[in-house]
Amino acid sequence: MTDLQSLDITRRSATTGTPPDIRHQPAVAKLIDVSRCIGCKACQSACMEWNDLRPEMETFEGSYDNPSDLNPAAWTVMRFTEWENEAGNLEWLIRKDGCMHCSDPGCLKACPSPGAIVQYANGIVDFISENCIGCGYCVKGCPFNIPRISQEDHRAYKCTLCSDRVSVGLEPACVKTCPTGAILFGAKEDMTAWAQERIVDLKERGFANAGLYDPPEVGGTHVMYVLHHADRPSLYAGLPDKPRIDPLVWLWKGMFKPIALAGLGFAAIAGFVHWVVAGPNEVQPEDEVHGREILDHKDEK
Amino acid sequence: MELGRRGFIRLSGATLAASSIGALGFAPAGEALAASVRPFKLSRTTETRNTCTYCSVACGILIYSLGDAAKNAKASIVHIEGDPDHPVNRGTLCPKGAALLDVVHSPTRVKYPMYRVPGGDSFKRVSWDFALDRMATLMKQDRDQNFIAKNAAGTTVNRWTSTGMLAASASSNETAFLTWKVARSFGMVVFDNQARV
Repeated sequence: MTDLQSLDITRRSATTGTPPDIRHQPAVAKLIDVSRCIGCKACQSACMEWNDLRPEMETFEGSYDNPSDLNPAAWTVMRFTEWENEAGNLEWLIRKDGCMHCSDPGCLKACPSPGAIVQYANGIVDFISENCIGCGYCVKGCPFNIPRISQEDHRAYKCTLCSDRVSVGLEPACVKTCPTGAILFGAKEDMTAWAQERIVDLKERGFANAGLYDPPEVGGTHVMYVLHHADRPSLYAGLPDKPRIDPLVWLWKGMFKPIALAGLGFAAIAGFVHWVVAGPNEVQPEDEVHGREILDHKDEK
Repeated sequence: MELGRRGFIRLSGATLAASSIGALGFAPAGEALAASVRPFKLSRTTETRNTCTYCSVACGILIYSLGDAAKNAKASIVHIEGDPDHPVNRGTLCPKGAALLDVVHSPTRVKYPMYRVPGGDSFKRVSWDFALDRMATLMKQDRDQNFIAKNAAGTTVNRWTSTGMLAASASSNETAFLTWKVARSFGMVVFDNQARV
């Protein structure tokens, strides 16, 4: 069991302030090179095997997407897109979907339950199920539509970036199994550098718009894509061009919450000041007299 | 302690307010931080190297089983992943290989010879002796009937085309060599095993 300090939590849902951290931990990242993916789904198998998940069997819906969507027992899913490019050729775009581990996580910001979502110093955003109340705010807060609520235990689930493996120095299960080397894991710096090399390759091969998907709108992500068409991420089964946390989350958690806190504080202080200045409201002799009069009149009636 | 009506209401109010502030998420991060990642599930499991059962690519796998192989602990496989030291796959596995655990524990996995009588409707467990004897007998019969010693042109070919053989993916060089020699010495031409790769 890891103790409090070695966990190096940088952020925790519904909590103001975290303990200062003296250690330096390199940020980790998973790099998914979409141009090298063959859609074999080994990552899905490895994910389910490692995390002890077995999703329900589904029926064929006319697509290779299987399961058809992320679910509480399927934390990663290959999304297949058939796209006809400008030259009239078919491009089969296959994207491994799952949690992006945002540096500025919308789920964590939206979460009202203290400690149900945490962000570690290495960048992993993890759901701590025992603190989850199943409200589903994280689903609304997520710009990538990733978390899913389990109908069995009514808690939210998503990719953990194998935080249990990473914490003992291993790579995530999907990364390890990938036969084509389309999924890589390492320090975010190294992954970015490697991606740049790959992008040069892709540009030489005619993908002029190849690029890295590490959207600054959510502070960058710890799961990044190398895309052949980085100018149009939405081609890849609706990957957001500009992911953004719902403004309501900002309004509610960023604005109303401090106001509410100020309100609570003000009420408490005002009460105290009133108690000091005016004192408690005590029953005066004239009140007694007045009260007796009312009672007497009541008897008369 | 004497607690009057008003005192009780005051105390209840204060408690409610204090706990509400905590529940609203204004709690400072303190002891409540003692959340932990899922414990690493392989810590003291036994690691065994092996070869994937599926195709003749023969990827190296690491099998993790419950317990430390003590006399009284019955090992049970809990996890399988790629062997990073294996030159063939260097830790990677295809979707089937990555899901090997469910093959191991599948209720339909064949663990011993099974026999269905001609015309019968179900398989029954049989001994290895029975199975090997029966296979040998049938192979002999088939080979005696269908062996082709010479082709139409009269050239010696020594072919046995009516029986085929599929053999292990997990074979070593030596096993593959022997398998090859045995099958070819029958004249068997419909044949696939590790030695092909």
